[in-house]
Amino acid sequence: MKKLSLLLGLLSAGSLAHAMQYSGRVGLETRFFTDDSEYQNSVLAEPEFYWEDASGDNNFTVELFGRWDELDDERTHFDVREAAWLHVGSTWEMRLGVSKVFWGVTESNHLVDVVNQTDLVESPDGEQKLGQPMLQYTAIRDWGVIDAFVLPWFRERTFPGPDGRLNGLLPINADEASYESDQEQQHLDFALRYSQSISVFDIGLSWFKGTNRDPHLVAYSEANTPLELRPYYDQMQQLGIDVQATTGDWLWKLEAIARDDSVRDYGAFTAGFEYTWVGFAGSAMDLGLLSEASRDSRNNQAPTPSEKDVFFGTRFTFNDAASSDLLLGYSRGINEPKSYALFAEGSRRFGNNWRTTLDARIFNGERPDDPVYQFNDDDYISLTVEFFY
Amino acid sequence: MKLKMFVNAALFAGLALNQAWAAAPADVSPEAAARGLEIAKEVVRRDDGWGDSKVSMQMILTNKHGDTSERQIRLQSLEVDGDGDKSLSIFDEPRDVKGTAFLSFTHATVPDEQWLYLPALKRVKRISSANKSGPFMGSEYAFEDLTSFEVEKYDYEFLREDTYDGQDVFVIRTFPRYPKSGYTKLEVVIDQAEYRTLKIDFYDRKGDLLKTLENKAYKQYLDKYWRAHNALMVNHQSGKKTELIWSGYDFQTGLSDKDFNKNSLKRAK
Repeated sequence: MKKLSLLLGLLSAGSLAHAMQYSGRVGLETRFFTDDSEYQNSVLAEPEFYWEDASGDNNFTVELFGRWDELDDERTHFDVREAAWLHVGSTWEMRLGVSKVFWGVTESNHLVDVVNQTDLVESPDGEQKLGQPMLQYTAIRDWGVIDAFVLPWFRERTFPGPDGRLNGLLPINADEASYESDQEQQHLDFALRYSQSISVFDIGLSWFKGTNRDPHLVAYSEANTPLELRPYYDQMQQLGIDVQATTGDWLWKLEAIARDDSVRDYGAFTAGFEYTWVGFAGSAMDLGLLSEASRDSRNNQAPTPSEKDVFFGTRFTFNDAASSDLLLGYSRGINEPKSYALFAEGSRRFGNNWRTTLDARIFNGERPDDPVYQFNDDDYISLTVEFFY
Repeated sequence: MKLKMFVNAALFAGLALNQAWAAAPADVSPEAAARGLEIAKEVVRRDDGWGDSKVSMQMILTNKHGDTSERQIRLQSLEVDGDGDKSLSIFDEPRDVKGTAFLSFTHATVPDEQWLYLPALKRVKRISSANKSGPFMGSEYAFEDLTSFEVEKYDYEFLREDTYDGQDVFVIRTFPRYPKSGYTKLEVVIDQAEYRTLKIDFYDRKGDLLKTLENKAYKQYLDKYWRAHNALMVNHQSGKKTELIWSGYDFQTGLSDKDFNKNSLKRAK
């Protein structure tokens, strides 16, 4: 906090007043749950401020996010997505503050991406992330890029509350999280990443040691109170690799990890391809075909829905003035064809500043121990209208 | 239903893979080919040494009903000796794609390398450069119309000397040699005084006239390098058009290799 106020002092001294950008979005979302005809309405705002000094060597970015949800107190939340100073040297960079980083190449599962916590109340696909306080040093050399991270504060995962939707079979009490480390959220975490592009390959090797972003959910009950789940954050160490080969119309992708948490050592991978047919069937449209398989050595003990799964996707990019797109996805257990999830995500722009997004998800778990089973009654279709400025 | 669609599409995809490279027709005389090549080399020679540049680009898309939409892009380019240029494009408008950035390494003989930065996810994605014929941002410009010109990418045929817009010009044909081009040939009008490209007619895979590009408002920089400040691409088949307006050209600004990598892509604003 002291460092931040020092930084703000520098800002007000005018050293970063050269270039300023102000942008963001506000939006309305309505989700309709088809199993019980319930509506869930919410509003969101995401302003972003950016300052850069005259040399371009220093900049400061602030990105805030807030959502108000009519049903779910947990989904009504505010987050500092980014509030970071970046210094750019000739062959190095240093970032200090709250920020987001993304590691990886696959679409259906993000195994190696462990720096930022998932903002699960935002979307069940886990794509949205919370801001992470960090000191990041980047060395840029001909032989590759090294990123070193010190992560001084842990962010707990957000979970939909009891009045919300997509909240599982048992209530999750995120306020009663516990930790393996006595330092709890103050545990100092470290990460390293090496990345390089060599001809058609983009390769990343990563290491993380610290508080596991994926909590173990532990059943808890006291006399006279109903059973609930409480997040337990253990310590873990992970080695990860991500590789993409880009050959013609084909992208070949692999992510693999070896992780050692408090329960066991295990390995997992996701591998697949994306093929793009430009000018599909003589049109101006692109058709993308995606397929990925995921495997987790913990088998049925894996808490994720991707222990032995296959994903198929079809992406339509219309290449029109409205930048219309549509992604259809289908994932299921390799040995359990009756457990599946289906989704459709489509969006298009109206005018220069408006975008509408339609999102539909169908969940069908066959047995109660299928992770997708908990969402069986949460099939929904959502419409989002956003204004960008 | 969805699965069936997937299977059909996969079959079609297999067929599309068999598409052959476009090639120059055999009936081009060696003399016409040599003279066409000489003109192309002179175009490149006259544009040699510009170093690096920054420019703002406005794109105005008009459909056949006259409805317009706009894009605003900042473009940074770096000349690379003995290879294609490097470029970084930063999107400012439409606002929903603001912060999206595109890094491209053009190569003369091997496939280009391209990365896209998606600011919402902070994700850098390597993308396929095989997409030559697809529209850029919904415009009438294809990706292949916007990459840097490299002599090795085409075969040539000299057609004639002529006059165009009151100027003495060469008219040449170029035949894309790279795979997956949307064109069988381009008819290019180049002025004899300064070797500037004034007009291009694009012919589609069936050999029919598809588009016409006219470059206008040329200005000279550093006493040598000519740049158009206005360009109009008209699609004769769809009735749509795209106008490009460049402003604020700045040359030799000190950009170097370090401004064209995945890190600079991520922090592009």
